[in-house]
Amino acid sequence: MCYSGIKHHHMGKTLYRKVWDAHTVGTLPDGRTQLFIATLYMHEVTSPQAFAMLRELGLPVLHPERIFATPDHIIPTDNQSEPYADPRAATMLSELRRNCKEHGIRLFDLPSGRQGIVHMIGPELGITQPGMTIVCGDSHTATHGAVGSIAMGIGTTQVRDVLATQTLAMSPLKVRNVRVEGTLRPGVTAKDVALHIIGKLGADGGLGYAYEFGGSAIESMDMDGRLTLCNLAIEGAARCGYINPDETTFAYLKGRPYAPKGAAWDAAVERWKSFASDADAEYDDVVIIPAEEIEPTVTWGISPDMNIGISGSVPSPADARSEEARKAYTTALEYMQLTPGQPLKGLPVDVVFIGSCTNGHITDFRAVAPYLKGRKVAPGIKALAVPGSQMTARQCEDEGIAAIFREAGFEWRLPGCSMCLAMNPDKLVGDQICASTSNRNFKGRQGSPTGRTLLMSPLMAAAAAVTGTVADAREVFDIQ
Amino acid sequence: MPLNKIIRISGKAVPVPGADMDTDRIIPARFLKCITFDELAGTMFYDERFHTDGSSKNHPIDAPQHAGARIILGGENFGCGSSREHAPQAIKRSGIAAIVAESFAEIFFGNSSGIGLPCVCASHADLEQALRRTEEEPQTEWVLDLEQMTLCCPGLSLPISMPEEPRQALTQGRWDAVVELMNAPEAVARLAATLPNPSCK
Repeated sequence: MCYSGIKHHHMGKTLYRKVWDAHTVGTLPDGRTQLFIATLYMHEVTSPQAFAMLRELGLPVLHPERIFATPDHIIPTDNQSEPYADPRAATMLSELRRNCKEHGIRLFDLPSGRQGIVHMIGPELGITQPGMTIVCGDSHTATHGAVGSIAMGIGTTQVRDVLATQTLAMSPLKVRNVRVEGTLRPGVTAKDVALHIIGKLGADGGLGYAYEFGGSAIESMDMDGRLTLCNLAIEGAARCGYINPDETTFAYLKGRPYAPKGAAWDAAVERWKSFASDADAEYDDVVIIPAEEIEPTVTWGISPDMNIGISGSVPSPADARSEEARKAYTTALEYMQLTPGQPLKGLPVDVVFIGSCTNGHITDFRAVAPYLKGRKVAPGIKALAVPGSQMTARQCEDEGIAAIFREAGFEWRLPGCSMCLAMNPDKLVGDQICASTSNRNFKGRQGSPTGRTLLMSPLMAAAAAVTGTVADAREVFDIQ
Repeated sequence: MPLNKIIRISGKAVPVPGADMDTDRIIPARFLKCITFDELAGTMFYDERFHTDGSSKNHPIDAPQHAGARIILGGENFGCGSSREHAPQAIKRSGIAAIVAESFAEIFFGNSSGIGLPCVCASHADLEQALRRTEEEPQTEWVLDLEQMTLCCPGLSLPISMPEEPRQALTQGRWDAVVELMNAPEAVARLAATLPNPSCK
């Protein structure tokens, strides 16, 4: 196939390669590529040090118009009136404001109506577009690959590099084509697909790779589901995950505030299509997973690959694939206070968290709301619903979704990262167990050094909220 | 801005065992509420080392025999998870000069290389040898050599590996990439002009 825009002299290129080539400035003396960065996203935790480094070098920001910032990690979700109770959080917010103002960087601040988790607002505003290189000082930047871009988490020194030069020194990754073929069973969501893939390939399985997700089950996912899937690529060690842009992508982007309009739209779509992997693209590896084998999936351990289908039971260290993994299983079981062979179904939970850049989308709340209608959060359960952005929060209000959550007994909160990493006041206490739609079940991740996280889909988290235990959402909500 | 050439690192080693040592464990999120990296020394592996009441968990890092260690011996997928540069910054600012592990997460590896903290890989069997030696004789002085690509101590020489580009960047004193990235402003400007920018619509 031949498209206008970019000319391909060799057939068989992946999207990864095409985007890489289109953004290559040249080769550095050490052999790495100098890669141009189309868009830099920024939040308050990993950027202030980069601006300090820039000041130390006496350099300006080269392309402020290619940078977009928003506060998300430290934002309280109950009461956002300033000054914040936590003076260090207040300082981080004021630093972000100061740096953006000083350098002419667009900031989607709290009063803008467009604030939210950075990986939520980029796609929602249509800033994230196919064929781009996108970076942010945040590992979940992989999310943006869902529209067909190459998006990667970077460190703060690299944020400085982008501020100063709009480029990075990088080496290309290999590309693994991860195909999920067939039809997902009812009650199985993008979150379950992602956890299943990570469980199969391992938390370190993607080292050295970008994951190109494809196959009929993934092609039929809506954009929010695709964002969830790519968001979790990094939990399988793939620094970036992406999906080829298609009609779903274009329909999603059309009309969004920063998407091209009029004649520019048609030209953009043609250009975007040209970045999709060629039918005869060569991959470094291909993995095919039948959609039918995926169940609603829940983590039992302290790494996202320690997960099982809801009908399964907690594994024994004896089942681990290596001596290292055996040790890791033992550590995880001890931390989680679980016993090999026990089912997760029926395990009492203390807290339920629906939100984060993984599952804070409008579609996540829409999927759950009908089942919460007429049901109540079980007594003694603290249930938090945190929309990922102000845009999503407004949609949830307009569609009556927020009211359903409130009526069911959820605390309906203001947008932010919240209890995904608990840099704001939303934290687990002691060794509480949290049924969480976030992305990491690491030790201490949700704000208590002994807190326990069970990762699952919004549907499964809602089932946990109404039963007070880990439950099979298909049974609780009669999904067939 | 001349950078030091990082070729040989010598000193004692300390084991930080476990696969998938994530950056939340390397530095818990509550320590990220800062606007500089200056205060991070001492925060590394905090919750792995101390109970919530502040008492010691007797982690090897706090064992007297490993005091002053300059090389961490880790497991598979070291530094996975969050991109927080606070993690390698905390490690470096706590006096560690190199990490040897079975494998490293990409972002952590890049962050470490970019601040002159070499991350090198060794095989499982070789790491086991190094760990055994360090546990039996904690005072062992190791030499990690990025030209020979070996981790040596008296009577033992273990092969280590690292991708060639970051290895050269470290040994040639070019590990802070911004210096080179600023060398081609015209080429960057030419390419920038060909690439659309959503904010200009």
